[in-house]
Amino acid sequence: MSTTTREPGALAPRPGAAPRGRIVLRQALFELRSTLRNGEQLLLTLAIPLVLLVGMSKLPASLVGSDRPVDVVAPGVLALAVVSTAFTGQAIAVGFERRYGVLRLLGATPLGRTGLLVAKTLGVLLVEAVQVVLIAAVALLLGWQPQGSWAVAVLVLVIGTATFSALGLLLGGTLRAEGTLAVANGLYLVMLVAGGLVVPADRYPAAWQSVVALLPSGALGDALRSVLAEGAGLPWAQIAVLAVWGAGAGLLAARTFRWD
Amino acid sequence: MTSPDARARTGAAVVVEDLRLAYGATQALDGLAFEVPAGSVTAVLGPNGAGKTSTVEICEGYRRPDSGRVEVLGLDPARDAARLRERVGVMLQSGGIYASGRALPVLRHLASFYAHPLDVDALAERLGLTTVRATYRRMSGGEKQRLALACAVVGRPELVFLDEPSAGMDPQARLVAWELVEQLRSDGASVVLTTHLLDEAERLADHVVLVDRGRAVLAGSPAELTGGGEALRFRAGPGLPIGELLPSLPEGSQALEESPGSYVVEAPVGAELLAAVSAWCAQHGVAPADLTTRRRSLEDVFLEVTGRGMRP
Ligand SMILES: Nc1ncnc2c1ncn2[C@@H]1O[C@H](COP(=O)(O)OP(=O)(O)O)[C@@H](O)[C@H]1O
Ligand SMILES: [Mg+2]
Repeated sequence: MSTTTREPGALAPRPGAAPRGRIVLRQALFELRSTLRNGEQLLLTLAIPLVLLVGMSKLPASLVGSDRPVDVVAPGVLALAVVSTAFTGQAIAVGFERRYGVLRLLGATPLGRTGLLVAKTLGVLLVEAVQVVLIAAVALLLGWQPQGSWAVAVLVLVIGTATFSALGLLLGGTLRAEGTLAVANGLYLVMLVAGGLVVPADRYPAAWQSVVALLPSGALGDALRSVLAEGAGLPWAQIAVLAVWGAGAGLLAARTFRWD
Repeated sequence: MTSPDARARTGAAVVVEDLRLAYGATQALDGLAFEVPAGSVTAVLGPNGAGKTSTVEICEGYRRPDSGRVEVLGLDPARDAARLRERVGVMLQSGGIYASGRALPVLRHLASFYAHPLDVDALAERLGLTTVRATYRRMSGGEKQRLALACAVVGRPELVFLDEPSAGMDPQARLVAWELVEQLRSDGASVVLTTHLLDEAERLADHVVLVDRGRAVLAGSPAELTGGGEALRFRAGPGLPIGELLPSLPEGSQALEESPGSYVVEAPVGAELLAAVSAWCAQHGVAPADLTTRRRSLEDVFLEVTGRGMRP
């Protein structure tokens, strides 16, 4: 390969795209690396979930509503991991990438807009894989005894990812970057504290329980707890709630998403 | 329609016809039309707000006009975006790069999208990016522009859109960028650049499209646009019969006393004109002072056509 671009013909046009799959994979890995190198993202996606996992599994059984707190806490922390990456992290990244013209420019390269969205989804799944492995490892060290089927749990994680990705893209694709930052972080906290993510729905006041059950956060938390803590099969009711939120957000995002 | 033959026949890399675009009450493009000859450097020149960015955004397929027609490499940039992406390089007026990205990793990443990218190290070296360690967010304006320029050309495109490429560059960086653009042309690519810098258009472009308020007011080579406007000026005592020069000058020339003691002769500047003026001065026993010859600049042309200067 030439080591200078100055000789005549060195800049002669020779257009051509790399194989599509490879481009998307490169972009997904780039997104994964960006997340793992970003301090704020690491706080949201790994530090807070792990601290909660360790802290809450030491809470008195009466408070958690189980004599094995870690069994209830670990599924909720997995749900939080999904929200932190698919929703909060993705919305913030999209908001700033829009602001800085990154989405615009990448859309004009062979990656294209569709490729970019596929790569982002893949990137989210890769980050989640890292999260699940770390969270599960720490939980097992804390004595976690997961019940149910791993396949069902993974299916629920994927459905939750789709729903929260749609919500994240809806948020990040419409508001200004600062607005997205504030709302995405705010909702992360609200869902964590009041949305049934880590705290089981039945731990809230009775009036609030029915609301939590209809929130995507409550549905995802309860779905994972029913599978991994109680060994239940497919949690259809919660999947239905997630599907409705996901479809609604997805349709709205498709119409309102702005690339700049 | 997409074969190279078809393009060779029309000879245009980009054709824009009667483009109209409004942002709310602002009519950004108002019947803009021009062509970019294949293999040329075409400068879309106009003051801020003329509609340059809107125009290239439409050509890039990013924005749709309200009406009008655009053809890029024989294709419709909105409908055939997927086929154009690998053939067209884009440098945005600002941004486009991850705020936390560093020059070489970002460039390498973009290069990996293409089948035959330029050698990243050589390109980075040429554009002075090898020693830039800062993240994009913290780069100087010139470093950002050089990185964006590198990203636009790394995929070896046939056609490159550069939106105000030298904005924020220091004179040295500007020279490096200009040399790159000139080599792109001599190596066979087509380049469309927007600029509000007259010297950039005069120096780089084979073809200049003068844009004002969303319309192309003039187009042609810099020489064509500035030709015919040459003049020689000098100072001497007031009230001299300068009109006597006219018979010895080519038809269409003018000779007048602009203000007392300040004379201008509008005629092709050359040895003959100088000889005629010297002879006339000698005849009247005057020594001309402050003698200058000047070609018309694009700025003069813009002023003449629009009645306004390029700079606010
Ligand atoms: N997104 C936008 N919304 C509203 N007005 C815009 C927008 N983009 C450009 N304009 C207006 O359209 C006109 C042309 O803008 P632009 O194409 O950016 O011109 P230039 O690049 O020549 O400076 C200007 O008056 C500008 O203020
Ligand atoms: Mg502009």
